[in-house]
Amino acid sequence: MATDTLKQHDAHAHDGHEHHDAGAMKVFGFWIYLMSDLVIFGTLFATFGVLATATAGGPTSQEIFELPFVLVETFLLLISSFTFGLAVLAQNAGDRGAVLKWLAVTFLLGFGFVSMEVYEFHHLIAEGAGPDRSAFLSAFFTLVGTHGLHVTFGLIWIAIMFFQISKRGLDSVTKPRMLCLSLFWHFLDIVWICVFSFVYLIGAM
Amino acid sequence: MFGKLSLDSIPYHEPIIMVTAAAIGIVGALVFGLITYYRKWGYLWTEWVTSIDHKKIGVMYFLVALVMLVRGFADAIMMRTQQAIAAGGAEGYLPPHHYDQIFTAHGVIMIFFVAMPMVIGLMNLVVPLQIGARDVAFPFMNNLSFWLFAVGMILVNMSLVIGEFAKTGWLAYAPLSELQYSPDVGVDYWIWALQLSGIGTTLTGINFFVTILKMRTKGMTLFRMPIFTWTALCTNVLIILSFPILTATIALLTLDRYLGMHFFTNDMGGSQMMYVNLIWAWGHPEVYILILPAFGVFSEVIATFTKKRLFGYKTMVWATAAITVLSFIVWLHHFFTMGAGANVNAFFGIMTMIIAIPTGVKIFNWLFTMYRGRIQFTTPVLWTIGFIITFTLGGMTGVMLAVPGANFVLHNSLFVIAHFHNVIIGGVVFGMMAGFTYWFPKAFGFTLSEKWGKRSFWCWLVGFYMAFMPLYALSFFGAMRRMQSYEQTEWQPLMIVAWVGAVIIAAGIACMVIQLIVSIRDRENNRDLTGDPWDGRTLEWSTSSPPPNYNFAYLPKVDSIDSYWEMKQQPGGFKRELATKFEDVHMPKNTAEGPIMSLFALFFGFALIWHIWWLVGLGAIGMFVTFMFRIFNNDTDYHVSAAEVEKTEREYHKRLEMQA
Repeated sequence: MATDTLKQHDAHAHDGHEHHDAGAMKVFGFWIYLMSDLVIFGTLFATFGVLATATAGGPTSQEIFELPFVLVETFLLLISSFTFGLAVLAQNAGDRGAVLKWLAVTFLLGFGFVSMEVYEFHHLIAEGAGPDRSAFLSAFFTLVGTHGLHVTFGLIWIAIMFFQISKRGLDSVTKPRMLCLSLFWHFLDIVWICVFSFVYLIGAM
Repeated sequence: MFGKLSLDSIPYHEPIIMVTAAAIGIVGALVFGLITYYRKWGYLWTEWVTSIDHKKIGVMYFLVALVMLVRGFADAIMMRTQQAIAAGGAEGYLPPHHYDQIFTAHGVIMIFFVAMPMVIGLMNLVVPLQIGARDVAFPFMNNLSFWLFAVGMILVNMSLVIGEFAKTGWLAYAPLSELQYSPDVGVDYWIWALQLSGIGTTLTGINFFVTILKMRTKGMTLFRMPIFTWTALCTNVLIILSFPILTATIALLTLDRYLGMHFFTNDMGGSQMMYVNLIWAWGHPEVYILILPAFGVFSEVIATFTKKRLFGYKTMVWATAAITVLSFIVWLHHFFTMGAGANVNAFFGIMTMIIAIPTGVKIFNWLFTMYRGRIQFTTPVLWTIGFIITFTLGGMTGVMLAVPGANFVLHNSLFVIAHFHNVIIGGVVFGMMAGFTYWFPKAFGFTLSEKWGKRSFWCWLVGFYMAFMPLYALSFFGAMRRMQSYEQTEWQPLMIVAWVGAVIIAAGIACMVIQLIVSIRDRENNRDLTGDPWDGRTLEWSTSSPPPNYNFAYLPKVDSIDSYWEMKQQPGGFKRELATKFEDVHMPKNTAEGPIMSLFALFFGFALIWHIWWLVGLGAIGMFVTFMFRIFNNDTDYHVSAAEVEKTEREYHKRLEMQA
């Protein structure tokens, strides 16, 4: 036994066993990253929960939330998650053209979402309901803004993937990256559902 | 153009700082000159700065930690000196604004830039070797983590000369850390140093979690992992779950300070108590991030030097896991006096006391391992025994603090200081010193001087007791923490005893430095030719010291706990036979992107501290562009050819034969 432990030059050394599956490991690592990111959102949700009523005489959530507007935003993001799913299906089918097409559609939908959020923020600040008005507004802008910032990074990432896939195609480098990006995008969707429910819906009631 | 930064930001009028700065400048120039003279810049760049070799990254972490230990200790002895003289109306030699910076810097440096890099450094060096892996899961990220950590360290040290450091205490409690009460750059240095190095730490946590779960060699099931790897796994779980809380909390404070928000301000609905809750929701798991790997080190050391299998392997694992979970539900014991009410305090008090149970299990496991073992009293064993006694004491004062009623009296007193130094020095520092002595030959190929190691241990042990036992006593007389001066002259004798203790610890640090110098000088006599100087039990001792960059020519196979030990016990023993046929080994390439990104991160952080907005933009764009280079770089790995592997292995075997 002593000798065969350090001399394992049997079959499995040849089949790439020693390299481990780099792609699968990346995706697993990305899952772990998402869990740590979730803790950041959890912290911000908790902060919002504590400060939701700390309006300091300023506007309350009932006064500033416009649910129909946010509902449109929500649907943009939800549909973009669906179109990203289609992009991954196209990747599994090895159809590079379709991957690029669905990535582009996802980008447009995500861009629409971020634009609407920027408009909402701008509108609120112009009305004197900016993040420096009260602790409630600080928490609101920070929670929603952190999500928006994530979506913006997602958009940059989509643009990079679009460029990279059109340049080098679907290979062992781009495929795991697409899977990570899809996890990221769906993750942001789930976080947004929580934002919509706990911040907007409950806040507007 | 330069934001808030001007020539007036340099404290010319502070002789202590200017002399220190001059000393750092001279030493720095000397090092720079020597490297240039010996033409070692290229070597440093290719072999160290850009290295993705986990062993070298581990060594770099530990080296930075040792340098920062000296810096943090300089702060400590300045505080002890101040308190030894500033009694009964005397003001000492440190004015309050300087004294406040020193206790803040001391805490920040010792936790973030000494204890953390020691833990992460050991983890880097040892974990891949213990699980029979050739590298970590994400080697580039590992290099980036180190350099981001280094950026935080550089920022803290810059604050010494350019501007000032925070005067808030190491956790920068709001609202003191808000713009209203700390308008200067000190808190901003604190923010960006911790934020950047904290991101590095989170990446390390993810990296090693994946490494341990996905890269174990054949046959190494979870319950065959060495205990140090187990504790590293639990520590990484804690890092992944708790460091994001720190990141978010610091970000909220940043928004308050930079964009006028109101999370923790006095007015407009802010809640200071939320800050304290959030920071300790990270802060308490943090102390277990530090202590669990130390527990791991002691377990390895005790099993190796008593020549026995660790008593209660499974209970050790479950105790570690229990502590991991419990560490998240005790944070409120740091502020029982907040007024959360009797029920809340009772809950957190009881939870805190419950942690003593798994910790007690561990203590008994170590004792039973030693019981009837053939203990070799080497330096690591001395550190371990010193730890068992000292940590048990510190744990008991911890249980005392966990009683809410007692805590109302002891809160913010020197009792707290004595308690946490009792567990951090007696636990983490002793553990890291044990690990340092134990694994040093693995990293460098020669053992450390036992004589100077033992001298260092005795100085540390005696110095610790002399420095901190008086603080317990003083706290009963009402002495509080963070006093720049005090009226009661009757406290002074004990304060002087504590100062003497600190001087003895200084001797301990000097012994460590001498130990290194002497050991390097005599390295030819202390060579570890076999790779197994202690007759070890786990896989890291089955390869050469230092291991080749690919660690194992063939990945080992494991079928029990301590399987390397079991192999050695087979009839005929373990033979390091040379393989007959070699394979190419697939390895990652060195990378310049990590250090370059971190350099831009340094610009970014420094510019944010001083409100130099164009440089903020430059730093951000620089980081992004460098990262893009990485993303579009296809040339990230290579194969070590079979011939080269064979050459390396043959040389190792030649050494072995000469030894025999």
